[in-house]
Amino acid sequence: MGIKIGTEKFKDRVESGIQDDFMRGAVAKAQDGMGIKRQNAVWELGNWEDWRSHGEEIRQHVLEYLDYYLEQLSENVSKRGGHVFFARTAEDANEYVRSIVHKKKAKKIVKAKSMVTEEISLNACLEKEGCDVVETDLGEYILQIDDHDPPSHIVVPALHKNKEQIRDVFAKKLGYTKSSKPEELAAHAREMLRKEYLSADIGITGCNFAVAETGSFALVTNEGNADLVTALPKTQITVMGMERIVPTFEELEILVSMLTRSAVGQKLTSYITVLTGAREELEIDGPEEFHLIIVDNGRSKILGSEFQSILQCIRCGACINVCPVYRHIGGHSYGSIYPGPVGVVLSPLLGGYDEYKELPYASTLCGACTEVCPVKIPLHNLIHKHRTVIVEKEGKAPVPEKLLMKAFGLGAASPTLYKIGSKIAPKAMNPFTVGDKISNGPGPMKAWTESREFPAPNKERFRDWFKNREKGGKK
Amino acid sequence: MKVTLFATCLVDMFQSSVGKATVELLEHLGCEIDFPESQVCCGQPSYNSGYVKESKEAMKRMIETFIDAEYVVSPSGSCAYMLHEYPHVFKGDSIWEPKAKKLAEKTYELTQFIVEVLKVEDVGATFEGNVTYHTSCHMTRLLGVKEPPITLLKNVRGLKFTELPGKEQCCGFGGTFSVKMADISEQMVDEKVRHVEETGAEYLIGADAGCLMNIGGRIGRKGKPIKVLHIAEVLNNRK
Repeated sequence: MGIKIGTEKFKDRVESGIQDDFMRGAVAKAQDGMGIKRQNAVWELGNWEDWRSHGEEIRQHVLEYLDYYLEQLSENVSKRGGHVFFARTAEDANEYVRSIVHKKKAKKIVKAKSMVTEEISLNACLEKEGCDVVETDLGEYILQIDDHDPPSHIVVPALHKNKEQIRDVFAKKLGYTKSSKPEELAAHAREMLRKEYLSADIGITGCNFAVAETGSFALVTNEGNADLVTALPKTQITVMGMERIVPTFEELEILVSMLTRSAVGQKLTSYITVLTGAREELEIDGPEEFHLIIVDNGRSKILGSEFQSILQCIRCGACINVCPVYRHIGGHSYGSIYPGPVGVVLSPLLGGYDEYKELPYASTLCGACTEVCPVKIPLHNLIHKHRTVIVEKEGKAPVPEKLLMKAFGLGAASPTLYKIGSKIAPKAMNPFTVGDKISNGPGPMKAWTESREFPAPNKERFRDWFKNREKGGKK
Repeated sequence: MKVTLFATCLVDMFQSSVGKATVELLEHLGCEIDFPESQVCCGQPSYNSGYVKESKEAMKRMIETFIDAEYVVSPSGSCAYMLHEYPHVFKGDSIWEPKAKKLAEKTYELTQFIVEVLKVEDVGATFEGNVTYHTSCHMTRLLGVKEPPITLLKNVRGLKFTELPGKEQCCGFGGTFSVKMADISEQMVDEKVRHVEETGAEYLIGADAGCLMNIGGRIGRKGKPIKVLHIAEVLNNRK
């Protein structure tokens, strides 16, 4: 549980991903579509690089003074009658929610989309308590009724399903009889969900940003479901990762604008709601009781480490939408609720290298992620840092690779060894060479030649040509 | 102008025609070329795989080889970028960091050097054919060289240029990624080859030996009638 999804090995997950043509078609279409929308949305804003630097500054500042802002946030939430709980672990967070459920004798819980509650496996914990937990974000709702299919994207959780597959899920689980038109599917879900909001005892949300100065928190959606989750049930619980803070509304405005443009290519999403505390005397709606759970769950260990910049993340998913590896293997292949480049960096930190030691190698270090990140997280550098840690600190690299790299290091550092090696290469490769190519290479070359030709080494190396030419008096 | 050529190990061992074209092209543009024999590999394969300690010796060797050059020019964006990465690798090292910085400052990718240093946008080349161009990730995103190769290609007489769909997408090479994650790499290069085919181009041009070896290797295996050329070979083609 936790961030882990599925029990298959990495290689098998990738294999199933590659075989899944429906998923790959859906992912490619979504990436291409969102890519263009994002590009237009940031272009329209103008000076995007300046915005990125500003976004980075805000996030770095908050991380630098996180203790201060956490205290300020906590004080301001308490001042407005809210309850604040600092959860060191996932278990602590779940235990706190469980205690509220018991106190309120709650049976039904409605939820707005939240990755941190996925991270701590809150739903499973509440279902064990006998609660009826209903996800109200359309994507999450689809996955939930499809026997808890895990999310494959942090913003668009059901990205791996096309509308026909969704219709089939609705037909099987909800007795749905209409077409696969998105409007009809959404209308049906809306009808089903409306009843749930009205009968829920507790509403649970995540948090896009909390504003330290006022003790408020912001929710960004396109469906308005979070507004119903926070307006109707008597008790509201908001769960946030401890780093998701902005100092004031001024920074909130900047980051929300960057978030919606980066995530879905919109100037603003349909609903951006900022809530402060529980219902006050003259207010007509809102919860009677408000709890804010601030989750650490491994984050404080990242703080101050060489991976600190990953905590700048505002969960827009732009890196996932441009990742060429994600494009071909899909979200489930990562084995974590956090897929794509952000997941490659975050999953080993939150879930350990034993579980996620392959992930840092599932990248060509092409830098597309780093280029789009609105808060300038050097994602491909962090992925590379993981590799260094795996090799040098964790000692988890395979032995043949270690030997090969040691040999490579020696050869590359010694002109003499290199010269001998490159000189004998054509002879050594002779048995495998047909014409000017190698189609069935030995050793590590085999993986290459299974799908590609490898060029045969030149009979005359470039350096020999250059030397002979000089001797020949060309100069 | 004196140019010291960093040929790269791929060009030295597998694509000497690219090295030759680079030398002839730069000489045609009035440069005097020097090729230090002590150059080896930039260390990128082991460095990118996480073997920083093992790679540093190769990097030091490269720094020593090129430290006194006036300009270091390489016909491979990714390898030229690696030299720009050296100052980060040796950060905090009082001896090697300053040397690495000095080297990085004078290291250029070939087309970048021609356009930015030599201030030449038309090299006087002629090339008859429909071509498309693969923009390598390290060269465009990390080294920041986007326009120079396109500018130079568009000024080649007879050449018909078609932009590659999905040009910003990685071809799936990624150094050791191509063998470590061969299944994923294959899917990526397949999509790249499909895009090249869509352009109807007879030639795929690139400025990075690694990417070209990858895409060319897949085109070869699939028996597609598309020729793969390094940009130096196109720019060095004169009537």
